[in-house]
Amino acid sequence: MAGTIAVKNGYVLDPLNEINGDVMDIFIRDGKVVKELSAAEMQDTKVIDATGMTVMPGGVDSHSHVAGAKVNAGRQMRPEDHYKCNINKTGLTHSGSGYTVPSVYKQGYDYAAMGYTTVFEAAVPPLEARHTHEEMRATPLLDMGSYLVLGNNWFLMRYLRDGEIDRAAAYVAWMMKTHKTYGIKCVNPAGVENWGWGENVNNLDQANIHFEMTPREMIRGLTEVNEMLGMPMPLHLHANNLGHPGCYEITKDSLKIPDGVKAKQKMDVEWAETKMDPSRERSVYLTHLMFNSFAGTSWGDCESGVKDIADYINNKDHVVIDSGCTPFGEATVMTGDGPAIHDLYTLTGNKWSNADIELECGSGVIPFTYLKSNPVHSLQWAMGLETLLLIKDPWKTIMTTDSPNGGPFTKYPVVMTWLMSEASRKQTFGECHKWANDRSELGGVDRELSLYDIAILTRANPARTIGMAHRKGTLGIGADGDVTVYNLNPQKLDSNNYEELIRAFARAEYTIKAGEIVAKNGEIVSVPEKRTYYSEVHVEDEKEKEMLVDVKEWFRYYTLGFANYPTPEKYLENPTPIQINKER
Amino acid sequence: MAEVVLIPKKEIDIKLEAEAITPDAFAGKSAEEIGKLEIWQGPKTYPLAEFFDVERNEEDFAGETAEDTLIRIKGDMLRVKKIGEGMTAGRIEIEGSAGMHVGTGMKGGEILVSGDVDSWAGMEMEGGLLHIKGNVGDHVGCAYRGSWHGMKGGRIVIEGSARHQLGGGMDGGEIFVEGNVEGFCGIRQTGGLIAVRGGALRTVGVEMSGGTLLIGGRIERFSPGFEYVGSETGPAFGDFEFAGEFKKFAGDFAISKRAKGVLYVAADANPGL
Repeated sequence: MAGTIAVKNGYVLDPLNEINGDVMDIFIRDGKVVKELSAAEMQDTKVIDATGMTVMPGGVDSHSHVAGAKVNAGRQMRPEDHYKCNINKTGLTHSGSGYTVPSVYKQGYDYAAMGYTTVFEAAVPPLEARHTHEEMRATPLLDMGSYLVLGNNWFLMRYLRDGEIDRAAAYVAWMMKTHKTYGIKCVNPAGVENWGWGENVNNLDQANIHFEMTPREMIRGLTEVNEMLGMPMPLHLHANNLGHPGCYEITKDSLKIPDGVKAKQKMDVEWAETKMDPSRERSVYLTHLMFNSFAGTSWGDCESGVKDIADYINNKDHVVIDSGCTPFGEATVMTGDGPAIHDLYTLTGNKWSNADIELECGSGVIPFTYLKSNPVHSLQWAMGLETLLLIKDPWKTIMTTDSPNGGPFTKYPVVMTWLMSEASRKQTFGECHKWANDRSELGGVDRELSLYDIAILTRANPARTIGMAHRKGTLGIGADGDVTVYNLNPQKLDSNNYEELIRAFARAEYTIKAGEIVAKNGEIVSVPEKRTYYSEVHVEDEKEKEMLVDVKEWFRYYTLGFANYPTPEKYLENPTPIQINKER
Repeated sequence: MAEVVLIPKKEIDIKLEAEAITPDAFAGKSAEEIGKLEIWQGPKTYPLAEFFDVERNEEDFAGETAEDTLIRIKGDMLRVKKIGEGMTAGRIEIEGSAGMHVGTGMKGGEILVSGDVDSWAGMEMEGGLLHIKGNVGDHVGCAYRGSWHGMKGGRIVIEGSARHQLGGGMDGGEIFVEGNVEGFCGIRQTGGLIAVRGGALRTVGVEMSGGTLLIGGRIERFSPGFEYVGSETGPAFGDFEFAGEFKKFAGDFAISKRAKGVLYVAADANPGL
């Protein structure tokens, strides 16, 4: 039977059901987790013996860059990233290449080999939505969704400036279904628009050129719109002034803006059974905290500002972050924050790509190498781990490398191991520049995350944060039958033996997607269909109609016609709309 | 040193990619096992024995280690790429020409080619000796497309001439050319030594920020970013000596103001400088 399987006798870690290492059987029928399979069903069901192994929900990456124009720009401008890293075609799988920016097929296989089954693309310029969907459709084995970049959108800046919050909400709702995207991404609010004129914004209250909107007004406005509509995820915020010494202050001040905004998910979905409340609690999801946490005034005196932000987050309940860890080595930095990439270009002189996306946003791409010998890079390594270790409640944190900005997602096993093993952190301290120790708090941190914590940071919390916990990030009854089996015995875990941890995380013993084994010990064994999620957000017809009159009027500033703007559903594999704000 | 002889069996139409032809891959194997190594042709792989007869001298095996293994290729290899790619020790002697990427990324050992060689010879080489008796194509000791980190170590000796981009992005090692080069010789060089006994077309040493570059003949068009430092007679680099007076320049200051490259140019052949 397709999509039916039993995973027996493993140590199960399912944080949303508060299951911490109980020896249990997991049953999946027709792709969904069920309570049990009948004796008759068991007769022709594949059974996996997971005795002595760790069983978790399939990995969920809530922030990666895997599809669309800037990712492809990265591929095109980096032949040197591809020629030494490639895989051959097999009877089942495509060939592929690329280390930091792999081709679509390879990235699907690489994620699956590590036990991941769900990945969200974190930045889609609306005009590039079709391209993004074409690449997501071609990425095998991963259920996907994507966030629409709206922090410097001409329509929204105008509506929010004029206090037309209803119209702004109607526009966001229409944009989500038009481009088949899932949530709101806000990159360097008000600043990227200025980059069109070679400038940036320097503080939260600086009005930008022409639109006269400040970052503070954009963050407040978009957070309000997000909760008015009942979006599945909080505002995904890439704060201003990223990557500059001293930027932690603006980051902290940005987090204060949505304090007091209540999270209100209004999703019409069937929820998997969970012991914890799986709906989201946070009103802001700050992305790649590490890059936003530099203290100091220059690269000469910079130090970690993570402690200060972590203290703030420890005392508040409206913030969730992902880390943006930098595990050393090759990376390709790509972001909608055009001016930040230009600064990296002037710093490194590396080849640089820059794009202006008409009425919507901007983008930049540049190759980057994080070196253990470099003081700032070593500090960044420490800061990335600090973000996940100094914030006490794991339900406020998500592990990422902002792949491929901090390093490729294939380095996740190493990052997970640093979090779990003080010995492995000490080993790296010994290999890298002393700034890592001298200018951060990491050296004094003896916290070692448990496998349960790792399951929160890589499964339960990313799913819960972005509103996918109704079917992902848990093994509760009714959830998708996505399971990772790691060849790790939680009873015999030894954090000093960190090489073993890296090996186990790098190649899951089994990756099961919707009840099908897709990878065994890192080898792809089947390639079933995948899904693409998007938010179908509803507002009153009248409001949409009235908003569209204005949008069509201003469409003359675009280089394409209004009719060619939307992405049709045929661009998506198994399009799965999530109804938002349907009952008002 | 145990010798393995490869004799081509037939004309090759689609070019082969033969990164399996290295002392490292051959070491410790019998002729039969060597014949089973995989060679790419287009999208397919074939056993090496499909294209080559494998003969050994007195012994049954190739050398115990790569260091003890000599591979002698009797015939023209212009349609065979990647010979000696990544090799760490031992020796390859090609009695004829070689195709693209010969000695790419080699870390040790020696390759001797008695004929001409196609482009990308010694690309991103890290150690060892690549000795070419004939002429070579473009990108000798250069970085791969998209990268600016070329040859890091080892030595390339070319008895004939080379074309464009010789030593592009070179970080270390030595390249000696008895004949001429064309454009962009030593572009983006950061270290190491390039010495050309003959002349060059143009764009010599552009964007170089370190290392030493010498042109013993005429440079058709000299790049504007270099500053005259002084003159020197008979500069010598190890066993390579250059007679006559040379003008010494520093640069390339066209982009970076802190460049530390050194460029020697033969005074007699370049009276206009």
